[in-house]
Amino acid sequence: METPPIVELREVRKSFDRHEVLRGVSLALARGTTLAIMGGSGAGKTVLLRIADGLIQADAGEVWLFGTRIDRLREEAILPLRRRAGFVFQGAALFDSLSVFENVAYPLREHSALGEGEITDRVHRLLSLVGLPGTDEVMPAELSGGMKKRVGIARALAMEPEVLFFDEPTAGLDPTNARVVAELIRELRLGVCSTAIVVTHDIELADMVADQMAILHQGRFADVGSPAELHRSTNPDVRRFFAGELRADP
Amino acid sequence: MTAVDLVRLHTRETLSWYGGLGLLTAQVARNIALPPSYLWLVAREIDTIGIRSLVVALTAALFTGMVLALQSAVNMARFGAENYVGPVVALSILRELGPVLTAILVGGKVASGITAELGSMKVTEQIDALRSLGVNYVKKLIVPRLLAAIVVFPLVTTLADGVGLFGGMLIVVFERNVDAYLYWNTIAYWVVIKDFLTGIGKSVVFGALVTLIGCYNGLATEGGTEGLGRSTTATVVQVAMGVIISDFFLTKFFLFLFW
Repeated sequence: METPPIVELREVRKSFDRHEVLRGVSLALARGTTLAIMGGSGAGKTVLLRIADGLIQADAGEVWLFGTRIDRLREEAILPLRRRAGFVFQGAALFDSLSVFENVAYPLREHSALGEGEITDRVHRLLSLVGLPGTDEVMPAELSGGMKKRVGIARALAMEPEVLFFDEPTAGLDPTNARVVAELIRELRLGVCSTAIVVTHDIELADMVADQMAILHQGRFADVGSPAELHRSTNPDVRRFFAGELRADP
Repeated sequence: MTAVDLVRLHTRETLSWYGGLGLLTAQVARNIALPPSYLWLVAREIDTIGIRSLVVALTAALFTGMVLALQSAVNMARFGAENYVGPVVALSILRELGPVLTAILVGGKVASGITAELGSMKVTEQIDALRSLGVNYVKKLIVPRLLAAIVVFPLVTTLADGVGLFGGMLIVVFERNVDAYLYWNTIAYWVVIKDFLTGIGKSVVFGALVTLIGCYNGLATEGGTEGLGRSTTATVVQVAMGVIISDFFLTKFFLFLFW
């Protein structure tokens, strides 16, 4: 029997104040695939990612997560599915009253029956994985942007998710930190979590990490394919995006 | 924008606010019995809402009782009814001023604090982060505050009632030279348990109402720090208005219930 996609969107539409951001977007993310969704600022990439995790409700269309249709489910019913996914926010969204250690340990304390020793071991392993060992007691306000993102990634990995959602993981970072985060995402694919959706306008990042690329323009995918296919694409919107000339709707 | 457009916009915003508050209330009702219980969070909120609000509530109650006794004594003396100052002060405090003033003062303080905290979490995406981690944010952030308020408001109101009556006695005894025994005796004679229960019943509803207003405005915060300021200010006003308006309907309800 064919396994259902981890994430599937069918003709999803979403508007804000009469402005239609998504106009019938469909995608299917198979296990083991990393999809980079690209597009200009305001193209609706983040909205699409949040709809996929059930954080925003679509106006129309179907949203499936781990084979369950979630667009008609109540918040409480989506929660167990979200525990199987990790979400890395653009601004990291760390809990500002908790230390780095407590941020990463948070989902484990909430959802697992692990003892304190096991939690400590796992948090330390994750902080080492993201290159931040020894930062247990540091508060989020004391971290740089790149470090915050890496703590956000560690927290998203805590529950050993089957899929990761990255919202602009390199936005606002200097080139060095952007590269560190990009390499980290690439490393994660090689063992920790091989299925992901990365929303970005960073072409270099997408080329590094993605098996599939999609260009979102005017509320629809202008084109979908492998990075090589998209770079060769004759679609005018795709060509304009790679040339840095594609603008989102006003 | 014409006046009609402004009225239409304001009406839509008002209806949307009431609708949102109603939906949040329904969501809280659905989640209240779901596991986990987060009892330690309820205990923490009882400390935050109750213990740290006591000074404000009791100081206000003391001076309210004193003012009420002073006004009543001076004016009731004009027609020879000074002996009834005690019941007048007691009925006013137990049935109205105790619960209402406590709800406005403690509620305003607590609800604006809740709005600021949740609003800050909202604009920095921490609420979404909780949701993305599979945490039931209603159960974690709102239910403990609501339960704590339902426990704390009647307790603080009871203390405020006592302090208010004591304040009244201070004035009656030291300012008007009336015997303290007479003051308490007339209160005990004229005031019945339902007078006290009416106020306590109101304080339970006020506790739930101000907490829900604070939580809803926090969760509905948009527009960064500027929006956070607007939400917090709106909470203070809406709590005061909500308590005063609902007090009328609760008074009608309790009169219907007890009479």
